[in-house]
Amino acid sequence: MSFVLVQVIIGGLLLGAVYALFSSGLTLVWGMMNIVNFAHGDFVMLGMYVAYVVYTLMGGGPLLGAPLATLVLATLGVVVYFGLIRDIMKGPMLAQILGTFGLALLLRYSVFWWFGANFLSMPPNIVGGTYAFAGLRIEASRLLAGVVALLVTLGLHLLLTRTSLGSKMLAVAEDATAAQLMGIRPDTMQAIAWAIAAGATGLAGALIANFFYIVPTVGETLGIVAFVTVSLGGFGSVPGALVAGLLIGVIESLSGYLIGAIYKDIVVYVLFLFFLWFRPQGLMGKM
Amino acid sequence: MTSKQVTGLLCAAAMSLALVPGAKAQDKVVKIGAILPMSGGTASIGAHAKAALEVAMDIINNAHPELGSLPLAKNAGLAGLGGAKVEVVFADNQGSPATGQNQALRLITEEKVAAILGAYQSGITLTSSAIAEKYGIPFLTPESVAANLTERGFKWFFRTTPIAPDFVRIYDEFLTDMKAAGAKTDSIALVHDNTEYGTSVANTIASGFKAKERNGVIDIAYPVNATDVQAQVLQLKEKKPDVVLMISYTSDAILFAKTMQSLDYKPPLLLADDAGYSDPSFIKAVGKLSQGVFNRSSWAVGPSGSPSAIVADMYKKKSGEEMDDTVGRQMQGFFALVDAIDRAGSTDPAKIQAALKATDLKPEQLIMGYKGVKFDDKGQNILASAYIIQLQDGENYVSVWPKANAQKAPMLPYKGW
Repeated sequence: MSFVLVQVIIGGLLLGAVYALFSSGLTLVWGMMNIVNFAHGDFVMLGMYVAYVVYTLMGGGPLLGAPLATLVLATLGVVVYFGLIRDIMKGPMLAQILGTFGLALLLRYSVFWWFGANFLSMPPNIVGGTYAFAGLRIEASRLLAGVVALLVTLGLHLLLTRTSLGSKMLAVAEDATAAQLMGIRPDTMQAIAWAIAAGATGLAGALIANFFYIVPTVGETLGIVAFVTVSLGGFGSVPGALVAGLLIGVIESLSGYLIGAIYKDIVVYVLFLFFLWFRPQGLMGKM
Repeated sequence: MTSKQVTGLLCAAAMSLALVPGAKAQDKVVKIGAILPMSGGTASIGAHAKAALEVAMDIINNAHPELGSLPLAKNAGLAGLGGAKVEVVFADNQGSPATGQNQALRLITEEKVAAILGAYQSGITLTSSAIAEKYGIPFLTPESVAANLTERGFKWFFRTTPIAPDFVRIYDEFLTDMKAAGAKTDSIALVHDNTEYGTSVANTIASGFKAKERNGVIDIAYPVNATDVQAQVLQLKEKKPDVVLMISYTSDAILFAKTMQSLDYKPPLLLADDAGYSDPSFIKAVGKLSQGVFNRSSWAVGPSGSPSAIVADMYKKKSGEEMDDTVGRQMQGFFALVDAIDRAGSTDPAKIQAALKATDLKPEQLIMGYKGVKFDDKGQNILASAYIIQLQDGENYVSVWPKANAQKAPMLPYKGW
């Protein structure tokens, strides 16, 4: 195997880890309350802008920007839950879709209004440049995003399966009325789920901002990949999103390099549809 | 009916009342539709274009004797229509050909515009101008370059910008001169997106280069608004072309610059085909990673006090950005269109069409570096031309070619970061 091919695969894995990172919030919200959050991509975008503002106002890198983005987005998640989601969950499916879609447009155009339409960018090498060894090159900012993706996925998985909070959240997801009879407040649990999901999304945005451009419409570009990752991994499965993200990243990179970049989406989506034909619940989703 | 619904109805009624007085002033106003990307991946272009057209409206609607030879600047409003003011109706194409088409229909049937300007992306100009053609309304594109746009036999379509066959000539002559200066220019990679703009310009350049015996053209296509371009940069790194020619919008241009740095790839000569590389936000975002990139431009600011320098100042005050080639071409197209309406002395589409066909603007009447504006039977400006500029310090483009217009000598090889 040539060096270039190894580099392509490494690039694909790092890209896939990022896909996984920004998909975990989406899959969590779906798993908890069967809501597809169409504003997800715009949550990523907000996380990027928080990191950018932290950099321009305080000169802070991701060490400061990432926790702050997590905090800001987690707060936004709670506000969105109580202000919008709690009510539209009682409505028909269409109200949920249009409700979150409307939220997406509101967020996107608020940022347009405040920051303008210009492309912004973090300074290069804000996270320690690029590691080079044996002819391979790994960008530190992508590596950081990849490592955090693994940690977040692991953290969310442990939270849901090993803690009492997680059990309560799953109980609400399973049957909100029964959970309420057991003394668990569904409202609180779902608000916490939104805080965690939005926080993880903000964190993803802040880390992606280190190597991607920042623009109000970036959520459109990234959002689609999140939906594909989540449905391939299985709606509601956090480890599923990780595996699916890595798979999509590597398939995209390999087909982009070997066949040609304009065909890579065809390859990814053909494999995706073919796979769903056999396993509609996704890699690790439950029926 | 609940109280909420009643309030809603009242609001709607109030809004429609508020719209009525605007209709009265119509007799003294010439409406021109502008279809632009105000949202979507190229929204920064739309925002800049809006500021540019507002500056142009100011120049036309108010007296600006300091702009001397520019038509329409001297007196307020359009002399040919009894001092009528020009009003631009902005329409967002959302980066989608279907939306652009709907907007053209809305501008013509509801806003009753006299003519349409647009639509930045060639693919959207393609669809929206077809509607204008159907309704017999003049459509002028100041910036879309896909060659086929003027090959459709349209009677209502006009274009002021230089187009792909012009680029072939410009790039061929430029590369010949660079070769004479010691650069290797044997193999050329065309990196382009899969939009109408990217594919048509790449195809025209590839066949044009072949006709000029420039072989060794490598084609690298990628999907527009890519999430990742590592694979393409690695392809370039492996094939080692002497010249890389980038045909990309802003988002992808930025991503390529970042990825080239992270994978440590520098082509010996990096040449960009305008578009994203002329967007000021490209320079702010990754200018320092793209030092030495060559770019095509028809804009070069003149000495202070010259019309182009005054217009550039007005634009900077309005938008906070430096004037660039794209907004310059948009303003120039708008001036040419309004000049025709003024000469037509009417908003009758057929008279505007006739006046556009009779257009013969001289270089001193323009803000751009064209040799003039004069349309052929297909509606293409046969006097359009361009320079090559270079981002030597990563902050400001300077003109480097042809020698007669050069502020500085070309810097080789590509420096990057």
